[in-house]
Amino acid sequence: MQDGNLVALIQSSQYSRCEQAPGNTRNQQGRNNMAKRLSVIDTERCVGCQACMFACVRRTGSGGLDESCIHVHSAGGIRKGFVVIVCRACPSPPCAKVCPTDALIEREGGGVKLKASLCIGCGNCVEACPFGAVMWSNATNKPQICIYCGYCADYCPYDVLALEDLEEAVHAAE
Amino acid sequence: MLPNDPLKRVLTVDLTRRTFNVEERPELFRNRLGGTGAGIRLLEENCPAGTDPFNPENPIILAVGPLVGHYPVASKTTVLFKSPHTGELGESHAGGRSAVSIRMAEYGAIIIKGASTMPVYLVIDQDGVHFRDASALWGLRSSYTVGSVLRERESGSGTRTIMRIGRAGENLVTYSCVITETYRHFGRLGLGAVFGSKKLKALVIQGKNSLPVANKRAYRKVYDRLFKAATETPLMKKYHELGTAMNVLPLNTIGGLPTRNLQSGTFEGAESISGEQMAENYLGRRLACAHCPVACIHLAALRTPYPNDPYFFKTNMLGYDHEPIFAAGSMLGINDVPDMLRVMDQIEILGLDVMSAGVCLAWAAEARQKGLITTEETDGLELTFGDTETFIEALQRIVSQPTDFYRALAHGADHAAEIYGGEEYALAFGRNEMAGYHTGPGAYAGYLSGSRHSHLDSAGYSLDQEAIKAGKKPDAEGLALKLLEEERWRQVLSSLVICFFARGVYTPELICEALAAIGISCTETMLHDMGAAILRDKYTFKEREGFILSESRIPRRIFTTAAPWGTFEETYLREVLEEYRKNL
Repeated sequence: MQDGNLVALIQSSQYSRCEQAPGNTRNQQGRNNMAKRLSVIDTERCVGCQACMFACVRRTGSGGLDESCIHVHSAGGIRKGFVVIVCRACPSPPCAKVCPTDALIEREGGGVKLKASLCIGCGNCVEACPFGAVMWSNATNKPQICIYCGYCADYCPYDVLALEDLEEAVHAAE
Repeated sequence: MLPNDPLKRVLTVDLTRRTFNVEERPELFRNRLGGTGAGIRLLEENCPAGTDPFNPENPIILAVGPLVGHYPVASKTTVLFKSPHTGELGESHAGGRSAVSIRMAEYGAIIIKGASTMPVYLVIDQDGVHFRDASALWGLRSSYTVGSVLRERESGSGTRTIMRIGRAGENLVTYSCVITETYRHFGRLGLGAVFGSKKLKALVIQGKNSLPVANKRAYRKVYDRLFKAATETPLMKKYHELGTAMNVLPLNTIGGLPTRNLQSGTFEGAESISGEQMAENYLGRRLACAHCPVACIHLAALRTPYPNDPYFFKTNMLGYDHEPIFAAGSMLGINDVPDMLRVMDQIEILGLDVMSAGVCLAWAAEARQKGLITTEETDGLELTFGDTETFIEALQRIVSQPTDFYRALAHGADHAAEIYGGEEYALAFGRNEMAGYHTGPGAYAGYLSGSRHSHLDSAGYSLDQEAIKAGKKPDAEGLALKLLEEERWRQVLSSLVICFFARGVYTPELICEALAAIGISCTETMLHDMGAAILRDKYTFKEREGFILSESRIPRRIFTTAAPWGTFEETYLREVLEEYRKNL
């Protein structure tokens, strides 16, 4: 890590990988079968429009925000900018470890999948995620788990979000 | 409307009894869409004729529309009330997260009635209303602090709105505003004072539900068309890049930038306070309202050193637009950006409407210059154009009101001029202070006839600019009909709570398609008819409360300071107003 990136890292916190160049999600999708994840490129460019949150819900065919797997909120008043929370597809996901019914299944390469029929809605996963990236649907009383599709990134006009190959991201981090 | 769409739910809060109830009013939203259209009906139902604006019976009606939460740039909340500033219809619009939060809390409209005996704030969510003690927040020096405290104390960061007033609202200054998400305002016509009269310090509204869609495929398709238009059309790009401050230089070039209480239409300091200079030297962050990808909100970073303490700096982030630049800059003869920003900051701290505050100060400076008011009356302040420090002091006195003069000025330029004279240069129209466009008769006919006396009612300034380009002055009837046509259509937009900046994106055809996808069938003719009917509803309310368009006071100044196409006559302007009323 170069010193120059330190400030950016602090500001964008753990959710961002500031050393990554913005990617074009449409080009990356379908290019290979590598596992994908959503990446926050630069929270300083986030204007707080929440178009990504609405996109996440619209993907399933509804309006509103209840089923969004992304959350954007101010960093303590919007004059300080925004915090963008997405699932970062942990290689050893803490949410899965605390699921009493094995409803959260570890995905190859990182992240989890939800087997909704097994979920009892205990909310342990929400508590376990240090990023607050396990969202909750009031309607279903179950967690909302990102499926790493990248639909949201296509609606970010300012290149804050991108879909990236997990393996490449891990190498880059190393 | 789909049967499970929560838009039909109307929440009524009674501050006197500290109760609330929810009623389903599907017909209201079917016939009047939402926003302004639904709001004016609810105002008419809930505000008895002749109610004093500060009487507990004056209701506050907040309303949103069916497109909110479904589509981009449908991001405004309209609030209707009886205005303490004009004594007739009060209507103010703001974005921020307000509209999405109300929709996500599952309400189409919220009515706040009665008055509390002690300061309160309300937390409104899907379960209803929680009444909270605001005694400790009442009288706080800065409106920023109110926001910070509520942000920490209440939950829902990211999916809530925090609307609050400053001390101006508490002290019933008739042009005090309600601030939402720090940088957006229900600015005009004194909503802040109506909050204050009810001892209502703030509203926190939060929610996170999902909304039903009738045709998923059509919904995504029309969404994409709107989103593409909102992010790619050149007009929206302009709002995103320089923001509305892009207007400063072009207006100055044609002689339409009100300067030193409109003693001139050009400002020698325009270059230094232009949108270009602001972006180049001060722009620190851009922001968006919830569900609007345009991000037109521009914040200037103002770094101020502490005078006696080296290496201590205060860095403020201050929102700017064309209107605050005109009101705190050219109108007051201030050409230094940090000075102008400090005036804006004081206005924010107090919670005043920036346009009215600037125009009131400009009138006071000229009245002082001409000897109509004494320094005894101004509490020792020598109000002079360009004197930032004195203007900042005067703003504080408008709120604390130590003398009769400031008590009068706290009711607007029109009211103060009635007492102290100088009516010919008290630049208020329908008692509401002017906006930053001295472009000609279209602008002034718009301020006077517009149902909320706003430059945004019918965009007369844009008709003036078209006429300048064409080199042809329109006849009175032609101008009136154009103003009417625009204002009628804007009733449709503000009932759907579409931001007026996106008026080019939301064509009648696209609106019908967007509505169809969420289960509302509507034709373009129906939309146009609704717009005309809503405007008539608003005028019926205005006239019920005593507004007579033909008797509007018109300050002489606008006829003597040359507008871009030269001077124009009062008889011509009166003729336009007569045609407007006749064709309403």
